[in-house]
Amino acid sequence: MNFIGQLKRSLAVTKKDLFVFYLKGPVLISGILMPSFLFIAFIVGRNLSLSFLIPGLLGMALFVTVSSIGPVVVQWETRMKTFERLVSAPIALWAIIFGLFITFFIFIISIILLGVEIISLSLVIGTIIAAFCFSSLGLLISAPPTDNPSNMMMISSMIKFPLLFISGIFVPISSMGKWKFISYISPLTYYTDLARYSIGGTNNFSPIVDLLALFGFSILFFISAVIWHKKSLTKRF
Amino acid sequence: MIKIYSIEVRDLTKKFNGFTAVDKISLVVKSGELFGLLGPNGAGKTTTIRMLTGIFKPTSGTALIGEYDIQKNPLEAKQLMGIVPEMANAYVDLSALRNLLLMGELYGIRKKERVKRAEYLLKLFGLYEKRNNKVKTFSKGMKQRLIVAMGLMNEPRLLFLDEPTAGLDVGSVRLIRKLIKEFNSKGITIILTTHNIEEANQLCDRVAIMNHGRIVAIDSPEKLKSTFQSTASIEVAFDKKVKAEELLFGDVVTETKKVGDKIRLYSKRTGEVIPMLVEYANSSGSKIISLNTLAPNLEDVFVKLTKE
Repeated sequence: MNFIGQLKRSLAVTKKDLFVFYLKGPVLISGILMPSFLFIAFIVGRNLSLSFLIPGLLGMALFVTVSSIGPVVVQWETRMKTFERLVSAPIALWAIIFGLFITFFIFIISIILLGVEIISLSLVIGTIIAAFCFSSLGLLISAPPTDNPSNMMMISSMIKFPLLFISGIFVPISSMGKWKFISYISPLTYYTDLARYSIGGTNNFSPIVDLLALFGFSILFFISAVIWHKKSLTKRF
Repeated sequence: MIKIYSIEVRDLTKKFNGFTAVDKISLVVKSGELFGLLGPNGAGKTTTIRMLTGIFKPTSGTALIGEYDIQKNPLEAKQLMGIVPEMANAYVDLSALRNLLLMGELYGIRKKERVKRAEYLLKLFGLYEKRNNKVKTFSKGMKQRLIVAMGLMNEPRLLFLDEPTAGLDVGSVRLIRKLIKEFNSKGITIILTTHNIEEANQLCDRVAIMNHGRIVAIDSPEKLKSTFQSTASIEVAFDKKVKAEELLFGDVVTETKKVGDKIRLYSKRTGEVIPMLVEYANSSGSKIISLNTLAPNLEDVFVKLTKE
């Protein structure tokens, strides 16, 4: 089976996902409404500069959105018994996963375009790599073989909220003292740092380190997701 | 060149955590055949189908779909087949037309051909008027017709139908059965899994009966019935209450069973049973209200073969 043919089928999966999942309640609630409220709660009554706020908003929008749609799509399909149809079609598992990946990617990019004006080239590149990274994370979160989206939402929240708090969005990394090292395990840290650098000129890491870290996390998440999905596939039925 | 066999299965086994769901089954399905897979719940039918359609990886054994090994060339093998899984599984948030077009895309069919084929199938399955309606507004029968149509989008050489008519209204059942026959007569090989034994009896060229993960019998419905001749029976009703055990005439009648207000007697020599029944009626002072001889049916064969 040729590669291009499989890629076209990935796009068919993406198209279907966009039609089916874009306006699903849980996706809208935990992908857009929840982070918006969280952010409003965070800024109201505090005298924070725009250059501190916008990177945080960017990072959160990217991160929360994908970690919300990720656990919905595959679990929903498993529950609706459409996943069996999908995997029995002549489309390789990697192509299905890649199709999902593009769905997440488009979702993220469209959220960014809706909400925020892109400010500099390094941020554009950073945003694209971060979108890759968080899409892969979404894939990874969607791998456990359950058919219950709300179970996965819970697990996803458990991962996502601690990461939000250690990534320098609400609390600057510099004020974390000896706990600073925890922030290094979050991919969101590097994106927020890059965004702060692009918008306000302040940073903890060099932009190259940020980009490399995001790239590294992307590869790690994507490969782990493919391996895990392969393992969990037969447990879905 | 079309191969003689559409499916060749050898020693196919599937174990789940030590439990053997399918145990070394071997079978061949000829091209153009309508093949039935029967068995009680948990017999291993769906697991077998899932291995043949590349969803489950067999623990051991091989399965050839056409010229392709489902494990070595899964995509090529899948390209040859259409699948109608057991549960209704169209995308309910998409329209009927979009569901069909999606299937077309997943099988790599060109756009023009895809649209043409989708419209043809929508008309054939009586869904054309509602093609742009979301599937969630469809009745169960309409949904199932759409799902069967989705399995036919890629013009498969081989079609797997897992319980295609379960729980449907008579109209949809008849339409689906009629179309199954039509597609089969056009040369599509069909593998039909069903609980409805009469359906298998009417439609299938050959059936395999599965139990506890093994194939316990495989033949044409008529041959299976004649092999298990002891299942021929007579149904008799008397004007008075008669105990079923009283009609166990020596070794002529092997089993008796009360069925509603009638008694069913199983025998290999039904011809000898009738005079015995008349004699019984005379001697006991009762009258025979009705008497029917029943040819062995596939259901009896099924029950006999799948009994614990």
